[in-house]
Amino acid sequence: MARIYKLGPPRFTVSQNPPLIKIRDLHFSRGDRVIFDGVDIDIPRGKVTAIMGPSGTGKTTLLKLIGGQLRPSRGTIEVDGLNVHALSRKALFKLRMRMGMLFQTGALLTDLTVYDNVAYPLREHTDLPESMIRRLVLMKLEAVGLRGARDLLPSALSGGMARRVALARAISLDPMMVMYDEPFTGQDPISMGVLAQLVRRLNDAVGLTSILVSHDVEETSAISDLVYVINGGKVIEQGTPNELANSSSASVRQFMSGLPDGPVGFHYDAPTLDEDLLSMRGAS
Amino acid sequence: MLDILASFGRKGLEAFERLGRGHLLFLQILAGITSLLPRPGLLVAQMHSIGVRTITIIVVSGLFVGMVLSLQGYYVLSQFAAEDSLGVMVAASLVRELGPVVTALLFAGRAGSALTAEIGLMKATEQLSGLEMMAVDPVRRILTPRFFAGFISMPLLAALFSAVGVIGGYFVGVGLLGVDEGAFWSQMQAKIDWDGDVINGVIKSLVFGVICTWIALFQGYDTLPTSTGVSRSTTRTVVHSALAVLVLDFVLTALMFGD
Repeated sequence: MARIYKLGPPRFTVSQNPPLIKIRDLHFSRGDRVIFDGVDIDIPRGKVTAIMGPSGTGKTTLLKLIGGQLRPSRGTIEVDGLNVHALSRKALFKLRMRMGMLFQTGALLTDLTVYDNVAYPLREHTDLPESMIRRLVLMKLEAVGLRGARDLLPSALSGGMARRVALARAISLDPMMVMYDEPFTGQDPISMGVLAQLVRRLNDAVGLTSILVSHDVEETSAISDLVYVINGGKVIEQGTPNELANSSSASVRQFMSGLPDGPVGFHYDAPTLDEDLLSMRGAS
Repeated sequence: MLDILASFGRKGLEAFERLGRGHLLFLQILAGITSLLPRPGLLVAQMHSIGVRTITIIVVSGLFVGMVLSLQGYYVLSQFAAEDSLGVMVAASLVRELGPVVTALLFAGRAGSALTAEIGLMKATEQLSGLEMMAVDPVRRILTPRFFAGFISMPLLAALFSAVGVIGGYFVGVGLLGVDEGAFWSQMQAKIDWDGDVINGVIKSLVFGVICTWIALFQGYDTLPTSTGVSRSTTRTVVHSALAVLVLDFVLTALMFGD
């Protein structure tokens, strides 16, 4: 049975298989700002794992580190047994062919139609005949419910549709895992529900491993098997959604309940209001 | 005082860092030719986008530059009763200088700025990151075809500019000002040297093609991924390209035509 650990290496026992992604002692900074300060995370195979936390805690950065787009200042990230940051560029690209990533903006190529966007990775990385590519693309678009939109340009799609197309593209090479970067942000309730169900259904139907970065507590908790909560550069809590909902940690309770003030302060770091008002700095 | 010095130092270091990144990108772009050769379609598409779509501005500008050259040249030459040399003057000015230089300036304004904005927006909308995560190298797939398209298009556009300019000069000189048609063409044919004039002009165009396209691509690729960042990069492309072209033109002219 899964348990909650506040610190130390994760010890989930959801699966007997070694985790697909193993992050150990991860440190990463941007200038003077520390983003990660010794993070340990295990992403088990075949599950939907959510990485949650307030805005600006480095959730998207974590996905970029896993994908090898950023390099940690210390620590290791292993994906399917391969140390991502020790790989040659060629080996990294080979590994990326087994990873899918859904960007927050969709990141669709704007001068290509929906069909060509989904076909893009297949044309780049395979020698399949066009007839076979057509079948695969239509199947992927059918899976996200947008087969009928194949001739549209990305500019004609709504935000939710663009993310569904991006999802179809992310799974076009049948990857072992898909990383979702804030898939629910800015979505209406219907689009959000559709996307959430797609993430779960695709994960279960195709046997994917899904990593879901989000701060939408309700939707994310509903479809996740495991949740990591990150704040202040560290994993502050981990467990199943139910376990996190009953967490005793004030930070986790504040985040899960959406309270405006708590360990994560309402105010950005600043001198006291009195000091600021009396100061002549910036006065003209 | 120390703060000012530190600020200068920081800016200097940033400039050198940027220069270093630019040169590394240049090498990466050149290395990408191995993946471009098996897919010439990428190059053709970009030549259409960069070269063919610049033809209108080149033709119109070339025509008027040739006409003005002819008009101005006629008034100077006629004072020495040398108006029969008008053809040589127009052709030499265009082939040696104005063709490559004005084409490069127009190219930077039309195609260079478009390239920077396109690449910059691709970066801002995470399309370049998306390509990387699809295991597609954006330098090889996006930048290399555009670079070689610019490199090849520039001398062709400059040749077109010069040819149209000569025709413009002919209309004004022979058609309007009454210069002898035979003298206009025969002197041009006799005096314009293939190696000394035409080839040197082509070499200038090739150099300008490399510089303008490289600057445009680097500014786009290295842009701050915000609307302000893309806007600044686009402006920098035009300014840096124009300055680089004018400075290099002087250097190349001194090397080619200096004693």
